[in-house]
This record gives sequence, structure tokens and C-alpha cells, in this order.
Amino acid sequence: MEPKIQLRGVTKGFGPKKVLTGVDLDIARGESVVIIGGSGTGKSVLLKCILGLLRPDAGSIKIDGQEVTGLSTSERDQVNRQVGMLFQGGALFDSLPVWENVAFGLLSRKQCGRDEAREIAVKKMALVGLKPHLADAWPADLSIGMQKRVGLARAIATNPEIIFFDEPTTGLDPIMADMINELIVHVNQEVGATALSISHDMESARKIGDRVAMLYQGKIVWAGDPDSAEAAANPVVDQFIHGRVDGPIKMQVRA
Amino acid sequence: MNLLQAIGRVFLAFLGAAGRLIMFAMTAVTHCFLPPYYPRIMIRQMIEIGYFSLPVVGLTAIFAGMVLALQSYTGFARFSAEGAIANVVVLSVTRELAPVLGGLMIAGRVGASMAAEIGTMRVTEQIDALTTLSTNAIKYLVVPRIIAGVIMLPILIFVADIIGVFGGFLVAVYKLGFNPSIYLQNTWDFLEPLDIISGLVKASVFGFLVALMGCYHGYYSKGGAQGVGAATTNSVVSASILILCFNYILTEAFFGL
Ligand SMILES: Nc1ncnc2c1ncn2[C@@H]1O[C@H](COP(=O)(O)OP(=O)(O)O)[C@@H](O)[C@H]1O
Ligand SMILES: [Mg+2]
Repeated sequence: MEPKIQLRGVTKGFGPKKVLTGVDLDIARGESVVIIGGSGTGKSVLLKCILGLLRPDAGSIKIDGQEVTGLSTSERDQVNRQVGMLFQGGALFDSLPVWENVAFGLLSRKQCGRDEAREIAVKKMALVGLKPHLADAWPADLSIGMQKRVGLARAIATNPEIIFFDEPTTGLDPIMADMINELIVHVNQEVGATALSISHDMESARKIGDRVAMLYQGKIVWAGDPDSAEAAANPVVDQFIHGRVDGPIKMQVRA
Repeated sequence: MNLLQAIGRVFLAFLGAAGRLIMFAMTAVTHCFLPPYYPRIMIRQMIEIGYFSLPVVGLTAIFAGMVLALQSYTGFARFSAEGAIANVVVLSVTRELAPVLGGLMIAGRVGASMAAEIGTMRVTEQIDALTTLSTNAIKYLVVPRIIAGVIMLPILIFVADIIGVFGGFLVAVYKLGFNPSIYLQNTWDFLEPLDIISGLVKASVFGFLVALMGCYHGYYSKGGAQGVGAATTNSVVSASILILCFNYILTEAFFGL
């Protein structure tokens, strides 16, 4: 079957710095893939390339078989209609109350009026465990964990076919992180979407991923079942999941 | 050789920045004429520019008018031509002082906050989020601010004209002991419609410049809180310089020979 998302030889650099050096990855329809890798290895850059927020230097990105690199703004918009994104920092609009954040995609795509949008927003908020009375709260007044939930509700509000989660659990305490992981699994099954998540935490990757892919030096060096990662013969994966200092991954002190 | 290289690099960087600014301005202006519009945001910006800037612009205008009356008295008294004071005050205020000083105050108050707000949205990925949610950031963030600036600044400056003339009147009547009705009559006699209109056209251009520079520097800011701070400063400095520069050009166009 044709993969939902197909990456071939995607490269991206900023000036002299090469961040992605040739990423190949297939994501099947309905599958949940987690990309793991150290911080600063270009995981967010990869997501932004797929979303069209950054233009790759070379390579091909196909969604539903359609080449999406170099699309015009309006064509890109058409593709993005089936996409939801949870940003690493939340990226909630702090000039809008919570419900308008959640309903933003519905309103901007004119899928429904304001009253109906608000109803849907409250439903989606319930799905991620946010009480209805928070609908009129301001994002800045919420805790980080709550903000992640709002971001999650916003990402799923339009019932997207593809959802991207950029480090959904980073910076949360273990209990909150586990709750978010479960929410993602729940949402993934509920909405039945194809999911691509980013994590640098193996625990969380194991929980939310059908498959794990390791990004290292700008390439996917290993991909497979999360449980088989333990036994993977790849030294990079081995070092990463066991969090060892010694191994092929050297901390680059000079960025 | 190194010196030449350095000069060349600075020159190229300058050309690059100017080109980017012109592209940004053209994109923004084009989008001003293409729906969809965001009336809620536009109204909020209009209130911010027109209403909440009234105190600061009003104070600027009243003191400008007052000091103008005082200074021109010390000058004209020697030629015993006190009647000319009303003339000097009303022409200076409507043609130059209200639009220029008002524009500079707005650059500090409104332009800076636009740069800070949009810059923060850039570094916290809110602008990326807009794009993924099918919203054009130029239409959503930049167009309402530019339209609000172009429409509201003339209104604000018209009010400032009145307050500035009133400031001159206060000093002339209560400090210099002029006859109030003769002063007002003089003010009215000397005033031509073009004096006010030229000032309001200037105000509209300045409103465009302030909003454009605020949005431009915010939109392209990077690198966290420091980058947003730099964007804020740059927006105020560049808008102020452009205001003074365009003020000359517009004066030349209206009154030049
Ligand atoms: N817009 C940009 N301009 C320049 N460099 C960037 C930009 N975005 C990311 N980078 C660089 O790319 C590298 C990878 O960043 P990122 O994808 O955010 O890492 P992570 O894997 O932690 O998500 C970093 O070194 C970062 O400095
Ligand atoms: Mg990241």
C-alpha cells in the first residue's frame, strides 16, 4: 500500500551547517511513528520540512503520493487542512482565550460558525481532560501541562488525518508526561490518524509509537519496533536508549 | 583588500535588507486589498492606536503649541508683531509639529508594541502555528495593523491639531495677555485647508510607516527574548528616521516650488 507520508533523501542546512543530510522514511496510513534523537539533531527541522514551514534543500516529501515540496501557498494550504500539529513550545495564541485557540482551525477554514466552533472546542477539550470552565481562560494563566493539553486539543480539533507531535512530554513531570502519552494513544485511536511524533525519551516513544526511528547526524540510522530497539545491533541506538556517555554519539561542545 | 571586502559585505547586507523590506511592504499592501479581512483584530488595533494613544499625543501637542507661542513671542516682540503669533502657531502645529511629533510618539508607543508582539509570536512559533492552521500571517497580523495605522493616525493628528492650537491660545491669552477673540480670529484667518490636509496626509503616511516597521521587524525577529528586544528597538529607530525623511519629501511635494 502507498505510504501516507514518504520521505526520500531530504536534506536541509542553514548556511554552512548541515542539519539533515538525507532522511528516508515511510509512514503507513494509521501508523504511529516516533522519531528519537538527541537535542539539536534536527528533529523539529524535519517536521517543519514536512509541514512546509521550511523548504528542504533537496529530496522529496510525498503525502498521499503527492509531492509537497515547492507547493504554492494555496496548494500547501489544501494539504495542511488534513494536518494537525502540536508545537514543541505549545505555540498557543496568547491574545485569544483557550476555546478560540482550540477552534482556530475550524474558524479559519470557515467550517462552522462561532457558536458551533465553541461547542466543538469544548468537546475536544473534554477529550484531553480540560474542564469546560477553562474555555474562557487565557493560555498564559495555565500551567505548562494544561497548555500542552490545549495544544493537543487544537491539533485534533479539525479531525486531521495526520498529526505531528513535537516533544509532547518534554519538560513535564513523569506523571503528567504519562498522562499526555496516554492522551496521545487515546487520541490516535479515537481519531484514527497517522501520527508522527518526536521524542528524546525512549519511555514515551515506546508508549506512543508502533515504530521508532532514530535520527542521527542528519539521517535515519535505525527504524523498527520499539521493543526490538533494546536488542538492536546499532551502537547509536544502543547508546541512546541506555543513556550512556560512551559510544558513537559524542556531545558536540562546539555547536 | 580586507577593507574593500568589509565595505562590500556591509553594502550587500544593506541591499539585501532593503530588498526584503520592499518585498514585505509590497506583499502587505497587496494583501490589504484581498479578502479575507479580520475586522475584530482591526478594531482592536484601531482602539489601541486611536484611543489609547490620545493622552500621550494630546500632551505632546499641547506643550508643543504652548512653547511655540512663548518662543515666537520672544522673537516677534522685538518687531512688535504679536499678531503674527497666532499665524505661526496654527501653521507650525497643523503642517509640521502635530504630525511629526505625534508620529514619533506613535512610533515609540504603538510601533514598539507591534514589533514586540509579533516578534514574540515569531520566536514562540505562533506564526508557524498560524500557517499550519490555514491562516496567512500577513493577512492576520500585518494587514489589520497597517490599515489601522493609515486610518487612525490622521484622526488622532486632527485632534492633536486642535489641542496644539489650544495650547498656543492658552499661553497667548493667559500669559501674554492677548485678546482671546482677536487671537482666534487671527488663527482662523491665516488657516488654509491645505495646511490641515497636508498634515493629515503626512499622518496617514506616518501611520503606514510605523505599522510597517513594527510588523516587519517583528516578523523577521529571531533568537528569543534578545531578538525581540532588538526588533523593538529597530522598529522605533527606523520608523522615526523614515518619518523625518518622508516628512521632508511630503513637505517638498505640498509646498515646495
Ligand atoms: N530557522 C533556523 N535557522 C538557523 N538554524 C536553525 C533554524 N532552525 C533550527 N536551526 C538549527 O538546526 C539544528 C536542529 O534544530 P532542531 O530541529 O530544533 O533540533 P531538535 O532535534 O532538538 O528539535 C539546531 O542546531 C538549530 O540551531
Ligand atoms: Mg525540537
